[in-house]
Amino acid sequence: MADQLKKMAGMVAKGALTRREFNARASALGVSAALASSVLASAARADEPVKGGTLIAGIQGGESTNSLDPALAASDVPFMINSTWGEMLVDVDHGALQLRLAEEVSSNADASEWKFKIRSGVEYHDGRTVTAEDVVATLMRHTGDDAQSGAQGIVKGISAMKAEGDMVTLTLESGNADLPFLMADYHLVIQPGGGMDNPAAGIGAGAYKIVANEPGVRTTFERHANYWDSATAHADMVEILTINDNTARTAALQSGQIHLMNRVDPKIADLLKGVGSVTIERAAGPGHYVFIMRRDAAPFDNNDLRMALKMSINRQEMVDKILGGMGSRGNDFPINAAYPMFDATIPQREYDAGAAADFYKKSGHDGSPIILQVAPGAFPGAVDAANLFAASAQAAGIPLELKLEPDDGYWSNVWNVAPFCASYWGGRPVQDQMYSTAYLSSADWNDTAFKDPHFDEVLVKARGELDPAKRTAMYSELANILRDTGGLICPMFNDWVEARTNNVGGWIANPAGTLMDGKAMRACWLTA
Amino acid sequence: MRPVLKLVVQRIALGLVLLLAVSVVIFLGTEALPGDTAQAILGQSATPVSLANLRERLGLNEPAWYRYSTWLWAALHGDLGVALTNGVDIATAIGQRLGNTLFLATSAAVIAVPLAIILGLVAARYNGRWPDKLISGITLTTISLPEFVAAYFVIYLLTQLIPIFQPVAMVFPGMGFWERLHAVALPVIVLVMVVLAHMMRMTRAAILNVMQSAYIETAELKGLTPMQVIWRHAFPNAVAPIVAVVILNLAYLVVGVVVVEVVFGYNALGQYLVDHVAKRDLPVVQAVGLIFAAVYIGLNILADVISIVSNPRLRHPK
Repeated sequence: MADQLKKMAGMVAKGALTRREFNARASALGVSAALASSVLASAARADEPVKGGTLIAGIQGGESTNSLDPALAASDVPFMINSTWGEMLVDVDHGALQLRLAEEVSSNADASEWKFKIRSGVEYHDGRTVTAEDVVATLMRHTGDDAQSGAQGIVKGISAMKAEGDMVTLTLESGNADLPFLMADYHLVIQPGGGMDNPAAGIGAGAYKIVANEPGVRTTFERHANYWDSATAHADMVEILTINDNTARTAALQSGQIHLMNRVDPKIADLLKGVGSVTIERAAGPGHYVFIMRRDAAPFDNNDLRMALKMSINRQEMVDKILGGMGSRGNDFPINAAYPMFDATIPQREYDAGAAADFYKKSGHDGSPIILQVAPGAFPGAVDAANLFAASAQAAGIPLELKLEPDDGYWSNVWNVAPFCASYWGGRPVQDQMYSTAYLSSADWNDTAFKDPHFDEVLVKARGELDPAKRTAMYSELANILRDTGGLICPMFNDWVEARTNNVGGWIANPAGTLMDGKAMRACWLTA
Repeated sequence: MRPVLKLVVQRIALGLVLLLAVSVVIFLGTEALPGDTAQAILGQSATPVSLANLRERLGLNEPAWYRYSTWLWAALHGDLGVALTNGVDIATAIGQRLGNTLFLATSAAVIAVPLAIILGLVAARYNGRWPDKLISGITLTTISLPEFVAAYFVIYLLTQLIPIFQPVAMVFPGMGFWERLHAVALPVIVLVMVVLAHMMRMTRAAILNVMQSAYIETAELKGLTPMQVIWRHAFPNAVAPIVAVVILNLAYLVVGVVVVEVVFGYNALGQYLVDHVAKRDLPVVQAVGLIFAAVYIGLNILADVISIVSNPRLRHPK
């Protein structure tokens, strides 16, 4: 039993088990809470950070077109680079707020005014000090009318910003209990002067300072000597290499040329487990692969037809074959257990060819082919997944057919345009942000053309609701509405599947994003 | 040498006209691609407002003829401009990457060209016997493998089974010459495998063709060894077709190796071009496209000149 307890404690240290799960299992084993917590503490201590060395990550998802401007970051490499030189007001870890450049966060009673106290004496790489004015200027750059930022849609609910001394005050159009979580968005790196004069300067308050940057190839960093958070930033130097080829990236990890890699192909994850020098790291994140039907386009304006398609997809098969088992089944709403206030009691939707056939008959569809547009880049394995979907739908008598599209231009020509296509969502830190991004009637990225006044009303009300129990109930209602009437078919949530060499210490899974939500370079160290 | 000089001047003039035509084709081709730079940059996270703002900043709202002519005017003055996507100075970025491209191509050519010609001569000498069959068999096998398969094969062999090289072949300023060579070893091996067969087979065929001539019979009758006959009498007369193929392969080594670059993460021009085509980054696509076209045209002029110089009948036309 003691061995089992230690093993479980080790899993907590590695992030494979949450503390709550650990406590539940420990009490199931009949262990006292005091003993359980002492075992847990010793497991966490076993890993003492080591300073020094050069930590190298090989990452897929970078191009020679990448910029250091955080507003324009979209793929994994720029995300990782910006997270290494930049720092946000707050981070999100397992649904909890971590204070970074903000030292204190508080709001008024209806959550319509938020105050962020800025940590004093934090230095940028060029020696300047982080001020409240910088924070306001940064937010202005991302939210202003002339903004060219990927975060523009996220923070547009802010009606006024003010900097006074070390205090930033944000006034919102309506209450939003989740506002601090939005400040963790990876675009919102605080820059000197808001980055107005030179957004791509790459100067921030992050753990590492850029030494050389060749877009799409390599970025090298050295430790920021005056970094405020002395508990992190262990390696002297870090490097981020863009290695887009799966095989080369994996081989580089096996041969020790790199220490960390993202996106391990699920097909080879099992093989890689057999390699002595490498550890696979998984985290069940909020990202999901989807098939989206636009509710304003025939024949998807018919809920019976939408239900027929939802019933005719075999989710378990997708998780097994497309994700290699490294993921979990979706339930036709974009939320899973990675989010706070998730309602786990909503029944899992299963493949049911009979029910699908009934819904299909009820829909009165004329039998003409239903076209699903898909490109290999819609998500990894998208074409295979669409083929599985077509096969299981045809087994239920639904004439689902595929139309292959090129990757090139997919996001501008097919996604959010075609009536029925494949796509993915990376997930958001909180439920409100996910729903507001894609399911609110007025959302820019409402890719299922989902317009439901009651849904909007509950969503906006939930924002200002500070009682967690009431809020959970509201989110449960939203999930059920979407699950039963929405245009979203969500067959699976994909785990982050990543790998490190065994001489990398300090890895703690963070489901919010790739490579410990971008924090791997400052959180990890090299033991040898 | 007069006719040769005249020809070179003619060809270069024609080449310049061709380059201008190429720039128009590249511009029209990039314009014809669906989507624009702003959409490509913002991707899935585009909002109508941020798209409009970005278009405005990048000058994408100007008419096509205006954008082309301003680009051409600046380019003719030696100003290639900055990349639309990340504002990096194009001339600087290209300078470094062109160096990397030429380094890889030269490294591969220094091994592949002499090796192919020697193997071709040996194969011709032992025509139809086992050395010929062995050489042809091996080189035809390596050319038949798709480049990425050959690449994965050498990665497995030389980084996992026998770990003497590294799978990622990036090179950086400040690396020493030998360090660079070590870094690019794997892509060089793959490229040699890919280009060997074509040049080897052409050498062999050209030599065998010449070997049918009467003067070869004379050379044999005066008692020269077969290798002497080939080297002194057959090879000089087979140079023109061999050079044509060698040049074609050199051009390929410069402009056509993007797959190898991607697999090994080698930071050269090919990958740079493909990334910017995906983002519709016109100034970069133009610049790199024109460099590739110029390399192609230039090498072809060189091939013509060599074949004329090596052929007395063309050198002294009646």
